[in-house]
Amino acid sequence: MSSVTIVGASLSGLYAARELRAQGFDGRLVIVGEEPHRPYDRPPLSKDFLTGRAGEEQLALTDAEDVAGLDAEWLLGVRARGLDTRGRAVLLDNGRTVVTDGVVIATGATARRLPGESLAGVHTLRTLDDARALRADLVRGARRVVVIGGGFIGAETASSCAGLGHAVTVVEAAPLPLLPQLGPEMAAVCAALHRRRGVELITGTGVTGLHGTATVTRVSLTDGRTLPADTVIVGIGASPATSWLAGSTLALQDGVLCDDGCVTALPQVVAVGDVARVGGSRAEHWTSATEQPRVAVTNLLAGRTLATVRSMPYFWSDQYGSRIQFAGRHREGDAVQLTEGECGADGPDEAGFLARYEREGRTVAVLGVDRPRAFMRARRALQREEGERAVPAAL
Amino acid sequence: MIPVCRLEDLPEGESVRVEATPPIAVFRTEDGALYAIDDTCTHQDASLSEGWLEGCLVECPLHAASFDLRTGEPTCLPARRPVRTHRVTVEDGVVHVHVDAEEGTAA
Repeated sequence: MSSVTIVGASLSGLYAARELRAQGFDGRLVIVGEEPHRPYDRPPLSKDFLTGRAGEEQLALTDAEDVAGLDAEWLLGVRARGLDTRGRAVLLDNGRTVVTDGVVIATGATARRLPGESLAGVHTLRTLDDARALRADLVRGARRVVVIGGGFIGAETASSCAGLGHAVTVVEAAPLPLLPQLGPEMAAVCAALHRRRGVELITGTGVTGLHGTATVTRVSLTDGRTLPADTVIVGIGASPATSWLAGSTLALQDGVLCDDGCVTALPQVVAVGDVARVGGSRAEHWTSATEQPRVAVTNLLAGRTLATVRSMPYFWSDQYGSRIQFAGRHREGDAVQLTEGECGADGPDEAGFLARYEREGRTVAVLGVDRPRAFMRARRALQREEGERAVPAAL
Repeated sequence: MIPVCRLEDLPEGESVRVEATPPIAVFRTEDGALYAIDDTCTHQDASLSEGWLEGCLVECPLHAASFDLRTGEPTCLPARRPVRTHRVTVEDGVVHVHVDAEEGTAA
């Protein structure tokens, strides 16, 4: 393989580039990125970047030395519009065609939108440009902020807005925020975190429309209420960015379908990060985006699946001064027990807590709030147990 | 020079955070050696004193960046910059940290 093109210049694309060089690939390396920016870290966009605690320079994932070491051709600010698997080429929006032996698909996901989003004052939060625009809105004085969606982006953004002194309302369609991710017990804890800081949390209620003439002024809800709003943040999830692959021979189904080793039906095409459905599941976690590239690159260079991804899901979220960490696989019906610390009706105190999710007598996931050390031990133990169970099955 | 704690209060394999500016993490490895480094991970805001200690390496509790306690150098991504290291002494049974005066030096 003498040339590889990475489509997507964010976290997993960058990690793939590093892995290619680390694993000895010395051919031509092209990195295509839709955004004009070099790779940056997205998690701070809803937190320290929004509150002004971190500037853009702190988001950078590369420095000059890194960039020189990668010896890549960066095509930034240009979209890929197609993959010609027969001609072995990536087609770009600017009319250019990049002929390539191998392809790493790392195009990530795109924030879902609502009708009416063209109104000024309505934001999504996915990219640096999104965060810049939202921040510019938030520093213009006291705002009435309505956050649609109580997931991670919604909760963190609401927390940052409240920290900046704005009046914040979160609207969540489900009975509790983060219900599918955390289950009812821990979702209730997250609801308490919102309310404790004076954020109004409306649950079990959808949004019927965004209203205003040029700028948004109101959000109407399915229960007939109308919320006044100066700023609206739409945090209703993201869709894998696969539209550019329509018409290619790749199988697309809520992401690019890959085997356990991030390899598509074509051995010279692998996918990593938010866009990849690896072994039947797609994650939108920072950790999977950084772990998959090693495996994907090994397999790409080998021309077949030698390595598989076997990491345990892990994610974290900073909300209202609390750090929530979660590892493992939660399912509906798991029993949740606090094994360290306490949590009252209005949320945990400063000492936080550790909770275990149990199923059929064993721990399947752990969640920590402000208990990093206990959480890390529990996460390690869980990983070890999973590894031990996986070994006999593999033999 | 900052007094940290009595040596017997820092068991092997444990660490303690010193509320200096910036904060410092002091480690006692499994083989008894003492090391001090800046507590805040150079990648993102997380306390290394709460990390996973294995030999002379500490792994950040948030994103698994790893640092060599002897040099302060990161041994893997996502950290790219070193943390400062500080000299540790034990005087009359009390662990002391000698804060490295220069910001940004690795050793």
